[in-house]
Parts: sequence; C-alpha cells; structure tokens
Amino acid sequence: MVLVLALGDLHVPHRAADLPPKFKSMLVPGKIQHIICTGNLCIKEIHDYLKTICPDLHIVRGEFDEDARYSETKTLTIGQFKLGLCHGHQVIPWGDLDSLAMLQRQLDVDILVTGHTHQFTAYKHEGGVVINPGSATGAYSSINQDVNPSFVLMDIDGLRVVVYVYELIDGEVKVDKIDFKKASTSTSAP
Amino acid sequence: MIADGAGEDEEKWLAAGAAAFKQNAFYMQRAIDSNNLKDALKYSAQMLSELRTSKLSPHKYYDLYMRAFDELRKLEIFFMEETRRGCSVIELYELVQHAGNILPRLYLLCTAGSVYIKTKEAPAKEILKDLVEMCRGIQHPLRGLFLRSYLAQISRDKLPDIGSEYEGDADTVTDAVEFVLLNFTEMNKLWVRMQHQGPARDKEKREKERSELRDLVGKNLHVLSQLEGVDLDMYRDTVLPRVLEQIVNCRDEIAQYYLMDCIIQVFPDEYHLQTLDVLLGACPQLQPSVDIMTVLSRLMERLSSYAALNTEVLPYFLQVEAFSKLNNAIGKVIEAQEDMPILSAVTLYSSLLKFTLHVHPDRLDYADQVLGSCIKQLSGKGKIHDTRATKELVTLLSAPLEKYNDVVIALKLTNYPLVLDYLDSENKRVMATVIIRSIMKNKTIIATAEKVEALLELIKGLINDLDEPQGLEVDEDDFEEEQNSVARLIHMLYSDDPEEMFKIISVLKNHFLTGGPKRLKFTIPPLVVSALKLIRRLPEEGDNPFGKEASVSATKIFQFLNQIIEALPSAPSPDLAFRLYLQCAEAANKCDEEPIAYEFFTQAYILYEEEISDSKAQVTALQLIIGTLQRMHVFGVENRDTLTHKAMGYSAKLLKKPDQCRAVYTCSHLFWLEDHETIQDGERVLRCLKRALKIANSAQQMTSAARGSTGSVTLFIEILNKYLYFYEKGIPQVTVESVESMIQLIKNEESLTSDPSAESFFASTLRFMEFQKQKGGVVGDRYEQIKV
Repeated sequence: MVLVLALGDLHVPHRAADLPPKFKSMLVPGKIQHIICTGNLCIKEIHDYLKTICPDLHIVRGEFDEDARYSETKTLTIGQFKLGLCHGHQVIPWGDLDSLAMLQRQLDVDILVTGHTHQFTAYKHEGGVVINPGSATGAYSSINQDVNPSFVLMDIDGLRVVVYVYELIDGEVKVDKIDFKKASTSTSAP
Repeated sequence: MIADGAGEDEEKWLAAGAAAFKQNAFYMQRAIDSNNLKDALKYSAQMLSELRTSKLSPHKYYDLYMRAFDELRKLEIFFMEETRRGCSVIELYELVQHAGNILPRLYLLCTAGSVYIKTKEAPAKEILKDLVEMCRGIQHPLRGLFLRSYLAQISRDKLPDIGSEYEGDADTVTDAVEFVLLNFTEMNKLWVRMQHQGPARDKEKREKERSELRDLVGKNLHVLSQLEGVDLDMYRDTVLPRVLEQIVNCRDEIAQYYLMDCIIQVFPDEYHLQTLDVLLGACPQLQPSVDIMTVLSRLMERLSSYAALNTEVLPYFLQVEAFSKLNNAIGKVIEAQEDMPILSAVTLYSSLLKFTLHVHPDRLDYADQVLGSCIKQLSGKGKIHDTRATKELVTLLSAPLEKYNDVVIALKLTNYPLVLDYLDSENKRVMATVIIRSIMKNKTIIATAEKVEALLELIKGLINDLDEPQGLEVDEDDFEEEQNSVARLIHMLYSDDPEEMFKIISVLKNHFLTGGPKRLKFTIPPLVVSALKLIRRLPEEGDNPFGKEASVSATKIFQFLNQIIEALPSAPSPDLAFRLYLQCAEAANKCDEEPIAYEFFTQAYILYEEEISDSKAQVTALQLIIGTLQRMHVFGVENRDTLTHKAMGYSAKLLKKPDQCRAVYTCSHLFWLEDHETIQDGERVLRCLKRALKIANSAQQMTSAARGSTGSVTLFIEILNKYLYFYEKGIPQVTVESVESMIQLIKNEESLTSDPSAESFFASTLRFMEFQKQKGGVVGDRYEQIKV
C-alpha cells in the first residue's frame, strides 16, 4: 500500500492565504510516501511546507510559479503504475479530456495528473486515467466559477489504485472514492 | 593591590577567629557534657567574643555567625535540661548577664530568654519586650544586625500568634506584631547607618555590603505576613502605617526601594488592593532618586496577575477605583521626576496598560487614556535612541492585540497609531508583522474601508518606504517574507456589500500604487483577484435598478483593474502583467463586455511583442494566449479574426521549429469551438494542421542536415493525433485520406529512426484508434473507415 498525495493550484499568496486548516490538520508528516504537485504553488514557502509532509516531492511548472526551474512535464513509476504530471495550461483546449488523453499517450503513462482548471475530475478511458485534483486552497479561477478546495490521495496497491478525493464543501470535508484496475503489467503493446 | 591584600588579610582573620572559636566551642561542649553550667557560660562567652570583630566583611561575618548559631543551639538544649534539673530559669536569665562583654552577654541573654519563654513562667510578650530593648546596647550596624537577626530567628516560633501555644490573656498577636515591628525598625536604622560609615571613596563597597544584608531586614516583613493574626484590618491599621513611616523617615534610597518592593512581594494582593491609597500615597514622599517606576510596575504586574487568575475579585477593583488611583499616582510620580529616562516611563505605562487590559477589558477608554498619557511623555523627546525603550514600546503595543485577539478592537484605540509613530522604521515593520500575524492567526475579517484605512496606517512600515536614510537596506529574504504576508493579508479585507468592497479595494489601490515599485509584484496580484471576485458577486445587469450608473459596476471594476495592472510592466514585472491581463480578458468575456475584453487582449499582445523576448517564456506566453482566446465567445468576427491572425503570426515566429510546429497546430483549436457554430471553420483548421506538418518536415530536414541523424518523429505523431481529434468530430475537410497519409508518413519515418518513446506513442495511438473502432456507433464507423 503506497499513499500518493496529488494536489496543486494553491496560488499562495496571490489568490489564497493558505491551505484550509481542516486540510492542514489532515496532512500529517510521515503518512504519505510521495507527493505529486501540479504546480502554481506559487512561493518557496509552500514548496518547503510540502517537503515537510513528505520529502519525495515531484512538481511541475504552473504559469504563475516563481521558481522557473520546475520542468514542464514529469513521469515517474510507483509500484505497477506509471504516472505522468503536467500543469495543464500547455494542453489546449484547457480541460479538454481528448487533448489530455493525447498527452497521456505521448508520455505513455497509466495515470495522468494535471491541474489548471481548479476542478476535480477523474476520468477513465481505454488508455488509463486522467485525474485533476482541483485547487487545494479553492483559489479563484477564470475558468471555473465555483471552486471548492480539494485534493486527491491515491492508494496504489498492486494493479489497483483507489483514488480518494477530499473536498471542502460549506466547511465540511467530504470524501469520495473511485476504484481503478490496471489490465496487466505489460508496458507497451507488441 | 591593596584590595587583594585586604582580602588575604580577611581570610587570615577569619581563619584565626574560627580557630579560636572552635577551641572555645570544644571546651564549652566539654563543660556541657559534665553539666558544668559555670564553665559552659564562661567558654560560651569567650567563644562569642569572636563575633565582636570589626575586621570581617558581611559575607565572612555571616560564616562566623552561622557557627555561633549552631553552637548556641547546643547551649540552649543544655539550658533547657538544667531548668528541668531544678535550676531556676529566672536565675539563669540573671546569670548570663554576668558575661564581661556586652555582645556575648546579649547573645546568651537571647538564648536564655528563648528557654525562659518555653518554660512559660512569664508571659512571652514581657520577655520579648525585654530582649528587643536590651539589644539596643549594640549600635554597631553589622554586629547589631546579626544580633537582632539572631533574636528574630529564635523568637520566630515563640510569637504569641493566634492559635500558638504562647497565646494567652496577656499575650496576643498585637504584642507579637509590636515586637516584630520594633525589631524591624531598629534593624532598619542600623542598616541605614551603614551607608554613612567610613570614607566617601568606599561608598560603592559599602552599598554592595548593604545589599548583601538586606534580606536580614526584609525577613521581619516576611514574619509579619505569615502571622495568622495579621488580617486585613491589622495590616491596614497597624502594620502598613508603621512600616511605611519607617520607610519614609529613614530617607535612605536603598532601604526605601528594597522595602517598598518587599511589601509588595510579601503581602497578599488582596491587601494591596484595599490599601492602594496608603501605599501609593507614600510614593511621592520617597527620595527622588528611588526607582519608584520599577516598584510601581511590579505592583501593577502583581495586581494584573491577581486579576487574571481570580476573575471573581474584579468587582473589588472597580470598587476601590484602582485604575484611576494608579493612573493618578503614575502621573504624579512622572511629574515629580524631571529627568526620568524614557525606558522607565514606557515600562510604567506598559504595566498600567497590562493592568487595564486584565482588570477592565471592557473599558477601551481606559486603555486609550493610558496610551494618551504615554504619548504625552514621549512627545517633545524626539527620536528614541534607547533600544530597550523601543522594545518596551513594541510590548506595549502588542498587549491589546494579545488580549483581545481581534485587531478591529485595537483599531478603535485612537491613540494607538500615534504611539506607533514613535517607533523607528525597523520596529514599525516588526510591529506591522505582529499585527498581520494576529489577523491571520485569528482569522479576523476587516470589513469596512474606514477600518482598512486605519489598518494600513498601522502597517505603513510594510507598505511604504518610510523617510529613513537609504543606508538601512532591508535583507531581501526578509523583504519578500514581509511582502508575502501583506499579500496574504489582502484576503482578510472583505465586505459582503459590493459597494463597501469596492471602497476597500480603492483604498488599497491608493496605498499600493504609491508604495514604490518593488512592492507591486506582491501587492497587485491579490488585489486583482479581489477585484475579479467582486465582479462575480455583482448582481446581474437586469437586477440592478441603477444599471450602469450604479457606483459599483463591472465596467468600473474593469477600469480599476486596468489602472492597477498597467503599473506592473515598469516595476518591472511584464510577465505578471501579461498574465493578469489575460485573466481580466476572461472575466470580461463572461460579462459579455466585448470592447473591454478586446482592450485587455491588446494590452497583453503589446506586452508579448515588447517585453517577452526569452524563447521559453514566449512558448508559455503563447500557450496562455491561445488557451484564453480559444475560450472567448464574446468577440465579433472582425475582432476575433484580428486576434487570431496575430496569434498565428506569433506562433510561426517562435525561435525553435518544434515550438513553432506545436503552437501552430494548437491554433487549429481557435477555429473550432464545440458549442459555437459560428466559430467552426473546418477549412482553417485543416490549413493549420497542414502548416504544422510543413514546419515539422522542415524541422526534420534541418536536423538531418545539421546533425547527420534524422530527428524525432514525435511531432508527426502529435499532428496525427490532432488529425484524429478533428476527424472524430466529423469535420468534412479532415478526410480519411489525410489521416491515412499521416499514418503512412509516420510509418516511413519510423523505419528510418529508432526512438522508443516515439514508438510507444505511435503504438498507443494505434491502440486508441482500435478502441474507438470497438465503440461502435457513429464514432466507431468513422474509425472503421481508416485503413492502417
């Protein structure tokens, strides 16, 4: 059982002061093995904070990020799964699942994690899963009118991943979960 | 050298004295063991003669004294046994007075007196009276102090207190109090006399020695406080007046300071509260050089803690009008002292403020009064150079924040900003950070423009470059941290009422635009977001009875946004401005404001052309342009065409071929919006794709020319995916043949190169096509037609 925290689009301090306290109290150091972040933190302070939750932090560049050294895309393997990470402003039309699927094919990953729209989605198609953890602070978005703070926790176990989404709605943390199973361990078709 | 010599000599004398002492003690013990009273007395007297020395410092004398104390305990036990064996205690009391020298005589008398009291053959009070009077025989300060200290020590458990075995008809606690007061008075007189002993040049040494002895005098007050019979009435009517009388009359600075403080620390706070008048009344009568400020501060601190821990006594504070009494007393003290150092005055007011906050938390006017008095003291003194005084001011100003946990209340104190003004710029920033931290921690929302204005005044150290000499540069990291905290603060400035909210952001705008260029990149973005959020909250045009004439309208806010963003490029933050313009364009799009949206796009394009020259930055910027433009539905044909044409132009002019290719095929999405039939132009979509293909080809050629190897086939696969995207949507111009020829092209290229990632990309694309075929229906049919 491997726990992966996926979050992003915090936009601190431009659009939000900080993560909601209810989220902060849940994100306890030592419980999570990996963090993948879709970008738009925007300041080093947040980067350091995430590192205290888990030192294995993977992050890609959002268009408002201060640190220019983050890369545009990243891929990593966790257990049986290959994960791809990209902020999402590079994939146009923004939020378009077909276009995101193309990126997924290009990176050749089972799970693609992107952000930018500040809207949680989890979409399964024949090539795999596209997950958007939304905005962890509920930051303003020109794309999405109604933003609730949200983040995703993935539990990777063998060929199965359970995606838990945590959303803060009217002051209460609501949890939902989605199951995904991978067909086999083969990486590319012959 | 002389001092060293004296030290050495002192050691010698102490050693000599101790040796003689020990010898006599040995003989005394031998006499005791053989029940020889006469010899015991003889040797004990000789032993005690060592205490007649003038050669020892208090510290060394104490050493000798302690030995004597121990030996005298043995003697006392012997006396007690003697009386049991039939010796009359009155006779014993007589006998000891035959000792030759007065000092040993008195020590022995006290010892015998102790036994006398224990036998209860006479009332305790009479014996105690006798002893305390007899001790007048020693007027030498050091010896007298220790002698009386001995008397105090051995009498401690024999005082006729309430509930003590020595209480009787004749003996009451009044007598006990009388005894202790008398001993105290005499001891104080001796102690004060030390000040004037010896040559003037040794004054410092004497004062140090006095300081070592002060607890001997203070102990008497301890004893008084511990007597059961000393209740509030006795304290108020007898003890306090007598002690204060002695303190005032002795006219000695050291004694006055120590004893005033002693009273405050030793007696219960409840008593102080009820005798506040008397206590404070003594203050102006003290010597001018006494540090009365510290005394008063400590008094107020004790009363504050008392109030904090025992909220049920708060009504008493009101009853005795503690606040006004203290306030007046402080005023008088400060008036009397012309040269009071700033630190003392500030500390006084700091303690008074803490007192007020704890005791009268609902009386903001009291707190304001205190601040006002503080300002009066500070004014006319110019800049404060004492760093401790400045730190004390920061503590003073932080106190209301900590107490109320609500900055809004602190904002109500009219004198608060005036006090803050007296800090230097570094501490103004420190204070500003304290205030912001309080707001963030307590999640205080500041909801009116007026309060925001007041708040900005308080934190102006962070908003503006103050008139400080340029030499003091703030550390960069600190500056960033400060400005980021200001940015976060902006999210706490919020009103539900749109009109009020607009006023708030206008206030912020005024302050930020005059705050210097370095701060803009931190302060403007959150302000922009606040404004954009406000637009969303505005009622629909139709609902608003005032329509566009309302004081707050979307148009007004867009104008506002323009004003603040245009300050950024020269900051210099052109990239930031560029991004914010596009955000505003999207907002205008949602409000159906075509001219405004067009204007924002124009500004963004200008910045792209003039300021964004780094090739990587251009790629991202173009992605943002195309991504935003793709979502615009507000533009009419002409405007849309102009903007699209420009975007295409930028795409083709990117430096690197692969970037060009990608930007161009991305532009294809500008010609096909799903939900807007007016923006569906298949012809131009195809043109984009073909153009992208051309660029990909030339990129391929260049790589083979320059490097000898053939380049990556990835671009072709990306283009193929785009073909499939539009083919699936049923665009007539994207034909089956065009798709098939792409596939063929890729297959050819693939055989020439070996690029594993490209291969897997192509493979997954084929898998995707197969999967779509399996879906059946319209989509399945279309994919069915493609021959791979």
